[in-house]
Amino acid sequence: MAEQKILTYLPVLPSGELMGSAAELLGAAAQLGTPVGVIVTTPGVSQAAAESAGELGAATVYVAEHEAVGTTLTEPTVNVFTTAWESVSPEAVLVPNDIDGRDLAARLSVRTHSAIAADVVGVHRDEEGIVAHHSVYGSTFTTESATTHGTLIVTLREGAVDHRGQAVTPEIHRVELGELSPHAASITEFSASAEASTRPDLRGAPTVVSGGRGLGSAEGFALAEQLADALGAGLGASRAAVDAGYAPHSLQVGQTGVTVAPDLYIALGISGAVQHLAGMQTAKTVVAINKDPEAPIFDIADMGIVGDVFEVVPQLIETLKGQNS
Amino acid sequence: MRIAVLVKEVPDSYGERRLNLTTGLADRQASDKVLDEITSRAVEAAVSHAESAEGVEVALVTMGPESAEATLRKTLAMGADSAHHVLDPELSGADMTLSAEVLAAVLQRIGCDLVISGDVSSDGTGGVIPTMIAERMGAAHATSLDTLAITDSTVTGQRESYGGTLTVEAQLPAVVSVTERLPDARFPGFKGIMAAKKKPLETYTLADLGIDPAADVPRSIMLSVTESPARTAGEKINDEGDAGKKLAEYLTEKKLV
Repeated sequence: MAEQKILTYLPVLPSGELMGSAAELLGAAAQLGTPVGVIVTTPGVSQAAAESAGELGAATVYVAEHEAVGTTLTEPTVNVFTTAWESVSPEAVLVPNDIDGRDLAARLSVRTHSAIAADVVGVHRDEEGIVAHHSVYGSTFTTESATTHGTLIVTLREGAVDHRGQAVTPEIHRVELGELSPHAASITEFSASAEASTRPDLRGAPTVVSGGRGLGSAEGFALAEQLADALGAGLGASRAAVDAGYAPHSLQVGQTGVTVAPDLYIALGISGAVQHLAGMQTAKTVVAINKDPEAPIFDIADMGIVGDVFEVVPQLIETLKGQNS
Repeated sequence: MRIAVLVKEVPDSYGERRLNLTTGLADRQASDKVLDEITSRAVEAAVSHAESAEGVEVALVTMGPESAEATLRKTLAMGADSAHHVLDPELSGADMTLSAEVLAAVLQRIGCDLVISGDVSSDGTGGVIPTMIAERMGAAHATSLDTLAITDSTVTGQRESYGGTLTVEAQLPAVVSVTERLPDARFPGFKGIMAAKKKPLETYTLADLGIDPAADVPRSIMLSVTESPARTAGEKINDEGDAGKKLAEYLTEKKLV
């Protein structure tokens, strides 16, 4: 039997650089069959992205460049993706579970009459086809799903898949943009984010340090940043800390923020509301420091310290520095 | 103009939530049923626009079991004008394809210029239904908006994208979804609660909407459900001036640093 094609949407920055999620999308695709990438950019920036996609395991890459990518929401990507779909007849489609990925999956699902498996944390193949893994109710339950027939569209949770594809020299196909549906929103402005931080991305980092309301202020939150930097860790925050303005929304870990599953999760001044636990309770080791001995975070912590974070954490950083020198 | 808001009743994410290990469906006895918090922000956005503009009507739309009617009444008390409930035993365990088909059908039946939804529900966490509905209705979508401005003919807002923030604008009819950066919902007053009792609440079956849930189209099916082992508390120490050192030892010993 010929290897099945897995069609994968590879998002890019405006510069044409592939987003970090490309590696895990192509990794998951490689677990299922032959990874085929789709890259849609504004004019002049797709070539490097297509070559990088090969390094991450894309055997074939469908590439389109068009001005409309910068002015029309989602529709140019759906259009190019549909062309690639018709060429390769994929067994499954993988897109990132981010805002743009979800819109693409939704449009494709209705247009091609295909089932969706959403917020998937892993994939495998059994004798009947492709199986998607889900982590439900803040990782309290694990479920598996499949489609009854046809192509399965998967939105893949960022940071969930560790497998990586093998580098190949990709076959690159240029695709023309077809006629766009008139039912699309316009993009009237783009403002680039400030220079990205040098810390590892929260979603895939092996160690995550999160700060909560117990840090007391935005200045106090700097303690979490210092520990994160000392450990080379990703930085997170509880919803209470975000609501209080100590940290930006993008750092929020929990039910309505990012879900993480690192090897080590260190919670500083976080009480451990159920909604926070929903975003981190599959971490392999949990360390909590909180001055309230009754804080619920201690019920799930492998190592709990009842004490003042402003005394314990500086001593921890000092001790680790001493060990490393 | 008529704004429809997609309302979702969910198990309370501030308490314990369970799946039935035999059926894979939500265990409805295990949790309190509440209006999803993100839904309440969508309702707030619609109602506050209706208060500031002339001739704007707000309709609530949901599909769900009988208990959803009480949630719809409570939500009407926030200031919406009518509620529409698709209630059919065949919808138990509906996948996203069927859910989007049902919601698009009832929205088209009642007629609306703008649909507002929460971006991602706290129970299903899929975040695809609003755009699936837009595709079915032949409407534009503008999802996961952190800001929202509505006029008689357009809707605009900002959303995160790769490497920055987009400002997007859609001509109506359109489907939008909002994030938790939109304002928190109001608390319905006594007057709102009394008024809600008299507001129209219509119920529809799948037959009313002409939908066959057994149609031979691809469906997502659940193959298995497993409960994750509960985490337990490990070591817990009181800081006596050396907890930072002890923690460094613990992390080094476990090869975590």
